[in-house]
Amino acid sequence: MEAVGLVKQVRSDGRDLRIVDNVSFSVFPGESVAIVGVSGSGKSTLLGLLAGLDAPSQGRVFLDGEDITALDEDGRAAARARAVGFVFQSFQLLPAFTAIENVMLPLELAGVAAAREQAAALLDRVGLGERLTHYPKQLSGGEQQRVAIARAFVARPKLLLADEPTGNLDAATGARIAELMFALNHERSTTLVLVTHDESVSSRCSRTLRLASGRLLESARQ
Amino acid sequence: MSELSLGLRLAARMLRAGEVNLLVGAIALAVAAMATVGLFSDRTRLAMAQEANRLLGADLVLRWTRPIPPEFAQAARARGLSTLSTLAFRSMAVHADASLLAEITAVEPGYPLRGSTRIARMRGGAEEVPRSIPAPATLWADERFFSRSNAHVGDRIMLGDKTFTLAAVLTQDPSLTLSIFGLGPRLVMAYEDVAATGLMVPGSRATYRLLIAGSRASVEAFRAWAEARLPAGARLEGVSDARPEVRSALDRAERFMGLAALVAVALAAVALMLATRRYHERQLDVCAMLRCLGCSQWRVLRLQLVQLAGIGAGASAAGCAAGYAGQLALSSWLGSLVGIELPAPGPGAAARATLLGMVLLAAFALPPLISLRRVSALRVLRREADGPGFAGVAAYAFAIVCIAGLMLWHAGDLRLGVYVLLGCLATIAAAAVLTWSALGALGAVRSNGTVSWRYGIASLRRRSAATLWQVIALALGLTAIITLTLVRSELLAAWQASLPPDAPNRFLINIQPDQVDAVEDLLASRLSYRPQAYPTVRGRLVAVNGAPVDPSTYGDERARRLAEREFNLGRGDRLPAHNRITAGRWHGEGSGAELSVEEGIARTLHLKLGDRLTYDVAGVRFEAPITSLRAVQWDSFRVNFFVIASASLLSSYPATYITGFHLPADDGGVANALVQRFPNVVMIDVASLVTQVQAMIGQVSRAIGFVFFFTVAAGMLVLYAGIAATHDERVREVAIMRTLGATRRQIGRAHAIEFALIGALAGVFAAAGASVLGYVVASKVLNLPYQFDPLVWLTGLAAGVAGVVAAGMAFTHRVLGTPPLASLRQIG
Repeated sequence: MEAVGLVKQVRSDGRDLRIVDNVSFSVFPGESVAIVGVSGSGKSTLLGLLAGLDAPSQGRVFLDGEDITALDEDGRAAARARAVGFVFQSFQLLPAFTAIENVMLPLELAGVAAAREQAAALLDRVGLGERLTHYPKQLSGGEQQRVAIARAFVARPKLLLADEPTGNLDAATGARIAELMFALNHERSTTLVLVTHDESVSSRCSRTLRLASGRLLESARQ
Repeated sequence: MSELSLGLRLAARMLRAGEVNLLVGAIALAVAAMATVGLFSDRTRLAMAQEANRLLGADLVLRWTRPIPPEFAQAARARGLSTLSTLAFRSMAVHADASLLAEITAVEPGYPLRGSTRIARMRGGAEEVPRSIPAPATLWADERFFSRSNAHVGDRIMLGDKTFTLAAVLTQDPSLTLSIFGLGPRLVMAYEDVAATGLMVPGSRATYRLLIAGSRASVEAFRAWAEARLPAGARLEGVSDARPEVRSALDRAERFMGLAALVAVALAAVALMLATRRYHERQLDVCAMLRCLGCSQWRVLRLQLVQLAGIGAGASAAGCAAGYAGQLALSSWLGSLVGIELPAPGPGAAARATLLGMVLLAAFALPPLISLRRVSALRVLRREADGPGFAGVAAYAFAIVCIAGLMLWHAGDLRLGVYVLLGCLATIAAAAVLTWSALGALGAVRSNGTVSWRYGIASLRRRSAATLWQVIALALGLTAIITLTLVRSELLAAWQASLPPDAPNRFLINIQPDQVDAVEDLLASRLSYRPQAYPTVRGRLVAVNGAPVDPSTYGDERARRLAEREFNLGRGDRLPAHNRITAGRWHGEGSGAELSVEEGIARTLHLKLGDRLTYDVAGVRFEAPITSLRAVQWDSFRVNFFVIASASLLSSYPATYITGFHLPADDGGVANALVQRFPNVVMIDVASLVTQVQAMIGQVSRAIGFVFFFTVAAGMLVLYAGIAATHDERVREVAIMRTLGATRRQIGRAHAIEFALIGALAGVFAAAGASVLGYVVASKVLNLPYQFDPLVWLTGLAAGVAGVVAAGMAFTHRVLGTPPLASLRQIG
């Protein structure tokens, strides 16, 4: 994946505000990259641009060699469906769906026949084999995030984007979640890009990108 | 995997998780109400048609002045129908050297196919239903024959070449009821005796009838077959000719029930609107997730559409099932309504109700749904990322147009539908304006009082849009409930009063002008009052605006018949009681040549105010304009006329008089005295019809109460939806306030104040709404007087405050008891 000269500009109080300011970098297959920075530094906006959830004001994003910024919203959606998985700070599980149904959803959308079996196997892998039919509100925060991770990995994406995956969890639970995510990342040779405040998480990544006021300060390699 | 199965699976998940309970409840309720009333109306309409057929003696009658070709009877029997023939003719009946012109009906065994004849073995004796038709060489004669011929049961009567024995007194005959204006004495004989009389020779004037009865489908099939093959001058008489008295009472009952169901639908629509709002908000997250997982906008839309259709279909099916059960309950109550088994309901009503459910859902959920496809996938990263707005003015306009169309369609009666619709819209508009003003006024008194008071008012004002909808929804719900409890009973009482126990059950016709005083005197001497006799002139409509009337140009069979035959023109300058002018002005005394026409027949014959009608009265023609249209309360059983002419217009034409009065069951003497003193006068006995209609009104009143149950349930649903609408927000607020240290007592009190204010506003609007609804329904739709009840206001206010506080507190009680952290987590 490659970002070239990304800019995201919004108008606020009558003046232009650059939330992401001329950011360029590349991520190679199998790499894990942490994007860090203080609140408001533009981390989540950058992640949104990389995922094609939002269109940049300037610059390009290449995903698997394809310029997704040249696509329209539906084209970007199709690219996401092919290659990208997500994990969010607030889990974003659908409350009306049970754990297994949440995990099945990406497979069902892709028309995979054995959706239930694959989802059940992955939930078992993340330690929730006994809780397939529980609704999100019946699960603890850590369990919900494990469901979300299973959902992100179930369609075997090439790229996993995670937005503060441990942000809503206590330190111990957060550590276990990070452990699980990196383990799956390794098992399935996924490329991982995550936004985090959590030093213990960013330190496990192969590279750290630091953002301040929308600009990329450094790109440190561990 | 097809979109259909995935969409349906998503719908099933939503249903199972209870995410769409309110939505489903609202649709199911609307469908159930409509299906109950629709299915039941279907059945009663079929039953009433059969009842009308009892008066016809069959389901269908083919009538001709010549022998009916045998292929008609063969075709009917080939369709599994029963048939039999009758023959009616006039002949002199000779009794003890005196002769009398009689109307003779010859019938085949099995007569009548529908309904029954009744006979007495002696004059004044007990009635019985005969097991067969008159035995060969015997006759049944009606009371008129006996009194005019001074004959007795057992006497011999000559008809043509054959001698008969008078075997019984005919007291009731289906064909008698229909031909109430046939004036001659009547005789009934067996068909097989006709030949022996030698009376039927080529050229004899006679009416041949083929009576047909059987299943509705077969009768309709035969009718269609026969209509294309009718010889010139032959005619089919069918089900459309129910007695106007019975039809009028039933129509009114159906309108009552239809109204109740319509109000239920309007309320369910309101509940649905509140529910879709919540559904829309929840779906925002689902759609954002679908977008994030790579669905295109159109795929999101398609999935949403299938999902919504699935939810709608499930809810509609549940509603239909409930509706079917509902009409079964109704029918078991009313099975004896018309004395015959109610036929099975057709599938049409259920299909219409289901369609209603789907359209209702589409009207409210579709426009916001279409906007849902544009939801930004970014919402998964930043919750506050804008979702598309819930729905614009255009979306609501779409919903209102859909609902209006549905209501007009289901009302079957344009006026009723328009009244209910305008009533709802006016209530909404008035409630919106007044609530807005009240919220403004509350701001002024906000700074006084306790924390709870200030917080309560602040909450109302801050959520002003939500408050507005809550008040409107609650007002509509309460309107329905108040209408049920107070207004309904008054309306029903007024209806029952319109047909009092002493409603006329006998009519006298053919009273000659010089007999009027004597007849009135005789009646006054035996009754407690003096019935009034009305002059009437028999005439036939021959031209409208100078153009000759050609009966064959009327598509409607009833219109054709009305245009063909003579009927009684009323004459007078005083508007009869129970008549109401609906267009133009009543001609009044001293007027010139003017006509007043009953609005129903005007519609049937396509007549309008200002048309000039030409009548033929005994060969003399006159022309006059229609200057007024009248609504007539047919089920009052008073003497009524389709057309009333100004007195001066008809003064030179020969008139006879007609009167109606109530004769108690035990007073047979009056009838005999009348018949003996005025042999030309014909008495028509409608006592059984009056009893039937009275019983029907009583039973139908109970049925209406049952249908109103749906209306109340819909009202409750709206109350629930209204309170649930702000539930999520309230949970969040309570959690924050509790976190900030507010006590449960403080928050509870603030909620109570908020709910009480909402309830008070809604209650006052509901009282106003119920009063206006009652008035409009009584005076405009049901033609009944209506009395305003001041109690409505007190009830409205009390019910509003008590109901909303109780329901609201029950709802938020759980929230107050939940630890703040749990609440916050639940809301997410």
